[in-house]
Amino acid sequence: MAKYYTQEIARTERIPRLVAHLYARMPEIESARARLLTESYKATEDKPIVMRRALAFAHILDNIPIIIREGELVVGSSTMAPRGCQTYPEFSYKWLEAEFETVATRSADPFYISDRTKAQLREANAYWEGRTTSELATSLMAEEARKAIDHNIFTPGNYFYNGVGHVTVQYEKVLAVGYEGIVAQVQEELKKCDPGDEDYCSRTQFLKAVILSCQAVIRYASRYADLAEQEAAACSDPVRRQEFAQIAANCRRVPARGASSFYEACQSFWFVQQLLQLESSGHSISPGRFDQYMYPYYKKDLQEGRLTREQAQELLDCLWVKLNDLNKCRDAASAEGFAGYSLFQNLIVGGQDRDGCDVTNDLSFMCITASKHVFLPQPSLSIRVWNKTPHELLIKAADLTRTGIGLPAYYNDEVIIPSLLSRGLTLEDAREYNIIGCVEPQKAGKTEGWHDAAFFNMCRPLELVFSNGWDKGEKIGLETGRVEDMGTFEEFYDAYKKQMEYNISLLVNADNAIDAAHAARCPLPFLSCMVDDCIRRGKTVQEGGAVYNFTGPQGFGIANMADSLYAIKKLVFEEKKVTLAQYRRALAMNYGQGFDAVSAGEIVTQILRQMAEKGVSVEESQVAGMIQAVMSAQLPEQEKKEYEELLALIEEVPKFGNDIEEVDLFARDVAYTYTRPLLRYRNPRGGQFQAGLYPVSANVPLGAQTGATPDGRLAHTPVADGVSPSAGKDVNGPTAAANSVARLDHGIASNGTLFNQKFHPTALEGQQGLENFVALIRSYFDQKGSHMQFNVVDRKTLLEAQAHPEKYAHLVVRVAGYSALFTTLSKSLQDDIIRRTEQGMG
Amino acid sequence: MDYLQTKGRIFDIQRYSIHDGKGIRTICFLKGCVLRCKWCCNPESQEYGIQEMTMGGKTRVVGRDVTVAQVMETVEKDRPYYARSGGGLTLSGGESLCQPEFARDLLRGAKAAGINTAMESMGCARWEVIEQVLPWLDHYLMDIKHMDRGKHERFTGKPNDLMLENAEKIAACGMTRLSIRVPVIPTFNDTPEEIRAIARFADTLPGVEDIYLLPYHRLGQDKYQGLGRTYPLPELLPPEPEHMERLKKAVESCTELRCQIGG
Repeated sequence: MAKYYTQEIARTERIPRLVAHLYARMPEIESARARLLTESYKATEDKPIVMRRALAFAHILDNIPIIIREGELVVGSSTMAPRGCQTYPEFSYKWLEAEFETVATRSADPFYISDRTKAQLREANAYWEGRTTSELATSLMAEEARKAIDHNIFTPGNYFYNGVGHVTVQYEKVLAVGYEGIVAQVQEELKKCDPGDEDYCSRTQFLKAVILSCQAVIRYASRYADLAEQEAAACSDPVRRQEFAQIAANCRRVPARGASSFYEACQSFWFVQQLLQLESSGHSISPGRFDQYMYPYYKKDLQEGRLTREQAQELLDCLWVKLNDLNKCRDAASAEGFAGYSLFQNLIVGGQDRDGCDVTNDLSFMCITASKHVFLPQPSLSIRVWNKTPHELLIKAADLTRTGIGLPAYYNDEVIIPSLLSRGLTLEDAREYNIIGCVEPQKAGKTEGWHDAAFFNMCRPLELVFSNGWDKGEKIGLETGRVEDMGTFEEFYDAYKKQMEYNISLLVNADNAIDAAHAARCPLPFLSCMVDDCIRRGKTVQEGGAVYNFTGPQGFGIANMADSLYAIKKLVFEEKKVTLAQYRRALAMNYGQGFDAVSAGEIVTQILRQMAEKGVSVEESQVAGMIQAVMSAQLPEQEKKEYEELLALIEEVPKFGNDIEEVDLFARDVAYTYTRPLLRYRNPRGGQFQAGLYPVSANVPLGAQTGATPDGRLAHTPVADGVSPSAGKDVNGPTAAANSVARLDHGIASNGTLFNQKFHPTALEGQQGLENFVALIRSYFDQKGSHMQFNVVDRKTLLEAQAHPEKYAHLVVRVAGYSALFTTLSKSLQDDIIRRTEQGMG
Repeated sequence: MDYLQTKGRIFDIQRYSIHDGKGIRTICFLKGCVLRCKWCCNPESQEYGIQEMTMGGKTRVVGRDVTVAQVMETVEKDRPYYARSGGGLTLSGGESLCQPEFARDLLRGAKAAGINTAMESMGCARWEVIEQVLPWLDHYLMDIKHMDRGKHERFTGKPNDLMLENAEKIAACGMTRLSIRVPVIPTFNDTPEEIRAIARFADTLPGVEDIYLLPYHRLGQDKYQGLGRTYPLPELLPPEPEHMERLKKAVESCTELRCQIGG
């Protein structure tokens, strides 16, 4: 008999109904939470902050409207509208008020908002002026750090505006003992507190806040039990009536007590997942190793004949739908960086236990099936891969990949476990890691990882080298000297490293200011009772209650910087074909490729500033004309030709991503300019800074704030994605690109690296296609790559590739019996393939 | 190690090939061919001489002389992928056997490095030549295009006697795994009768278990223009998937062979 049940279990008709109901309308912003929160805060100004948080959480849970959606088996919704969102003014609110009129019509992640809601939010928000975490963080930040943010060197936007999230709590504890069990544990701790203890006040307040929060959650579940009973009484359909009765029974028992069945475990899990979000607004609250902590309940029910696999699969599918019911409205700029209403609830299957044995089980397979059934972006499904991962699990995963859903992401135990060890985790904890959000590894229930602390644009410090520390007419960086005076590449590279180190120190300052603001204004007692060692230490995770504490800001643009610095090394210093002064002018002139409005605006701003310094004033009405003039200015032919020649020279310089050892090892060194300095810094929770190397989708909007770079990239175009080569620069196919990327040091980037490859579904055709695909992943991991995900492209992408072949030089398609690079094919063949994609491949 | 210095002429090395033999493979394309198939998708492979080809407005030189060691340097780069997938080096062309020493030494170089080998070939060479490469070859992917001598000659420039004879010898000697591949070309060999005839022949070859039907494609069309030539079959369309399925059934109806559409 096979070790695992790998058969595809059929989808029930309920699932498409749930999905259709969820996606029938544009998501909506609701005001209930903001109103209740504010009401509570106004009444608790004499209380300590942790208690105010708990009282407000309880007030919200006792009064927020609740609903059971059509056909649901697992209940709990934070908004009346499907996929709606609440607001969290205690973190920030001004951006939303400023965007009230555009939030429904913006291109990335629009939300409907009614006039009534707008008025209610305005009224509630008025209380929060001066009381938010973001305002406190701003006042805590060093002036230089604020300036660096203004100049887009880095953006700490996520935690600056929002709750932190980015955590996996001890779901297994709630499943086992329920919140009554946690309350009992906390009461024991309280008994140990002696009024003479130096931390008596803070400790007892925290513990009492935990008890209040847990009791509020139990009451919230009872409200759902009551509602389900009412629905049952009013329901004429006997089948649905029975379902309501079961829902009511579940909510009476969990999460108050331990789950006694798989169904109860699903319901209990959901309340934890939903209410964490309602407490804190953070995203990337990740279910983690769901196949592990749910398995005992599944196995017991199955063995005792109380549950069929089909029923279990339907419950999983229902949870998968629910994970898409949670939503969050971000400011317009962040929405572009995290496009797709994504909450990054990362759920991971497979891997090893604390003793190093593989723990793949039937649920690991069923989780993959659930993603296929539901076919929605949440959860962010991940799979742990190590030498003993069963082949059939990887084949199952590859089969999901080829549907084009972009899931699962693959993670390499053989890199991540040693990497976590180097950050102070025990071997047992490291073996049990899961992934938070996009790619960030941590040990669940013990870590406050601050995994999405900032995005740092590695291209901007290079611009500061060329400008000697100036940006848009303002001095913001170090003076590293005029590039004309730099005689060796080492001197130039050294200047870059100095600009990097200086700006990294400012990034740390900004993050630590925000960290301190969260501790002061938004400690989270409910979340903290499910993270060790908060209860024993008597403090929240925000105050350093977790066993492991990190801050993980992401660097991106490695490929651009590697290619840029390598081009300078070759063309300026070795071949002496161009001088740094010429390079600087070419960059400033965007290689003669014209200026967009952004560049023209910047140039005019500089001119105005210089004129103002000389005492010349310009009428505001003239500014638009000046910008227009800059945009339409024609360069002399000779100059234009020079830039084109330079671009041609750059084109010939070898690029990262082509399996050229010298270039790849150079890129490895360039990545160290970000990853190494960060390790020197500590956060206020007593933890260490650690680098990630990935941009989510911020490489597009943040690229739009970056001038031309010496690798030939034009101003304001996207920066390279993650650790992947620059788009279109890797021309030797997927194995060559993977070999190059594997030459970076993934272990030092312990907050995660992200490698994206694009395939056409035909490249994964047939059993052989799956086998070869799995072999590709295994081989990249053999070479110590950390993460891999696949974008199996759709028709839209192919059309885009046809129009802009330069961006898609690496796209592999299969034509008849051959795999080929899409952009090398003739138009008519490309059309053939596009038609084939339309015919519902995958 | 002299064989590592053997020189030959190639026109491309393509990595991550997953449809020519087992696993993830690196294909080395040798320049020069004995046949002149009208549908050839690699017209730049036919001449042994170094040529210029213009594609997408860019002219590039097709063909370069390299040593076995130089080819092996690229082949070695994907060793982890071969190990995981059962892949390796595939020789293609052209007809690899037009450069017999080079082909032999490439295969030998790979085997000496512990890398699996395959060769796509028409078997259109003297038996002494073929015999030389077999000790180093794990998988012979042999093209059989038509069983009719006259039609074969009209469409490829050569009759088929030598190739069929070699196929029998290769199968009989038992030194390598042999699979038969049939490019399915509308108007040439795409009737069930013609395909069945090839399949029946393949079925008589001892040890042959697989037959591949490779649907005609137009991947090479633009290259003819790039070489200053006219494409001989401008009107030809790829066979419909349903037709390929019909041909597969035709093979399965008269033989025990495993039949697969595409590489």
